[in-house]
Amino acid sequence: MKARTRAAATLLTPFFVLFTAVMLIPIGYAVWLSLFTEQQSGLGFGGSETVFTGLGNYTAALGDRVFRDGFLVLLGYCVFYIPLMVGGALALALLLDSALARAKRFFQLALFLPHAVPGIIAAMIWLYLYTPGLSPVVSAMHSGGIGFDFFSPSGALPSIVNIALWEWLGYNMVIFYAALQAIDRSVLEAATVDGAGGWRTAFSIKLPLIRASVLMVVLFTIIGSLQLFTEPLILNTGSGSAVSSSWTPNMYAYTAAFSRNDFGLAAAASVLLALTAALLSFVVTRLTGRKGKNA
Amino acid sequence: MSHPASRKSPWLSKAAVNGALLLAVLYMLFPLVWLVTAATKDTGSLLGGDTFSFKGFDLGKNLSDIASYGDGVYFRWYGNSLLYAGVGAVVCSLICVAAGYAFDKYEFRGKEKLFGLVLLGVLVPTTALALPMYLLASKIGIVNTYWSVLIPVLVNPFGVYLSRVFASGYIPNEALEAARIDGAGELRTFFSIGLPMMMPGFVTVFLFQFTAIWNNFFLPLVMLSDRKLFPLSLGLYSWNTNTHSEPSFYPLVVTGSLLAVIPLIVAFVSLQRHWKAGLTAGSVK
Repeated sequence: MKARTRAAATLLTPFFVLFTAVMLIPIGYAVWLSLFTEQQSGLGFGGSETVFTGLGNYTAALGDRVFRDGFLVLLGYCVFYIPLMVGGALALALLLDSALARAKRFFQLALFLPHAVPGIIAAMIWLYLYTPGLSPVVSAMHSGGIGFDFFSPSGALPSIVNIALWEWLGYNMVIFYAALQAIDRSVLEAATVDGAGGWRTAFSIKLPLIRASVLMVVLFTIIGSLQLFTEPLILNTGSGSAVSSSWTPNMYAYTAAFSRNDFGLAAAASVLLALTAALLSFVVTRLTGRKGKNA
Repeated sequence: MSHPASRKSPWLSKAAVNGALLLAVLYMLFPLVWLVTAATKDTGSLLGGDTFSFKGFDLGKNLSDIASYGDGVYFRWYGNSLLYAGVGAVVCSLICVAAGYAFDKYEFRGKEKLFGLVLLGVLVPTTALALPMYLLASKIGIVNTYWSVLIPVLVNPFGVYLSRVFASGYIPNEALEAARIDGAGELRTFFSIGLPMMMPGFVTVFLFQFTAIWNNFFLPLVMLSDRKLFPLSLGLYSWNTNTHSEPSFYPLVVTGSLLAVIPLIVAFVSLQRHWKAGLTAGSVK
């Protein structure tokens, strides 16, 4: 028995050493950093010194309109993006799972392929497809009488939602499709025998049976959405863009750290973002957990 | 078997379902097709939006421009990406598979609590960690080195979770018992019996981690300032920021992006069984 415990410890050690080094310690360090701030000492000759400020960085971040606006942007993004993503992926998975669909392997692969494109490259491709002059889409829309500015204050959010949808829709569709394929076929046959149609089977049998997958995708989508950075960063380089350099909380933290060298503020912003993620994960798991008991 | 939905007008329903799927495929493939055709264009036709005609075909010049710009720095980035993603994914998958195997095959005190910690790790927003990691890395003096990008990507809690699922699915406990009766040591049993039986799972974790590292942008952005250490994602981003003042960078970014995407497309097309297995194990359990 002792040999087995020792073997388990040996096999687990590499993972947990690294896990501690690149997750636990940075989390602790971020919290620690967020409690300090740099202060000019004396007349500004001796450079700056680090002083304890308690929750000062947190009140500074929360008191900063730009930071709060970042959360509003995220809220707008989530309200828009999450239903489209989850609903879209579910719809596609159900279509693919229906008896009527053909060439299932092809559809699955083709819909999944955008996931192979790095996020930064996906964002750049779409940036070019949004740029008047460069883009065949914009000129086609223009000749059709539609003038839509993808970088305007009202256009930026849909533009970013579209990029994220393109990257993740197929990936999540495959997760749902895999869960649908795992449903016991006899259950579905029984439903058919009882006279349930395709729609009825999809909504009252298939969907409730893949709830765990839906929950998982919703959780990961929320966590991914909170970290929104790459796509708006790329749109920020587009000319005349409504996207500022502190548009999302993550961009705010990045700018605070690397443009203003205010690491305390950046750490506080990161901690607040991580806390939001933890809170939302907890709420989502709780809400869906309770519903599950009634069903 | 009868399908009530198709009883009324089978052709119409079938056309509607497949038509909807086809539309979705067009949406997914359109930007990729644009990337392929745009990569063959010279600056003038690219900026004119003439991507879908045969005018201004200049793929050869684009490729040689990429190869020659900045003493061939693009292929240095390519090599870096291969190094980060190749080495990182092999080591990470090995670590994940070892841990997943240990969680599935051994009993020890606090096991499920420890596994709960791993699952919590899955939910941590990793970009929030990049900044403290940068400051820690600069304290120990590895900022702006290969290590600063390579070490953080060796950890993937979701990979451990997947590996545990795979270990329970692929390795029957009897196989391990047989090895023990033959007197093989525990670690030897892992390497000679467990690991080979888990190979399909290993490839799955490897594929996802390779993709994640190849696509990684935020961490290198924070850690690296030396262009020679950039992976492709960061290098192409730096070219993209030049396009405003210097439009001749557009063909470089577009052609460079196409070359950067090809290995992953090839991997996903040829390893379909493995990514489907990964997403299935993640969704069903």
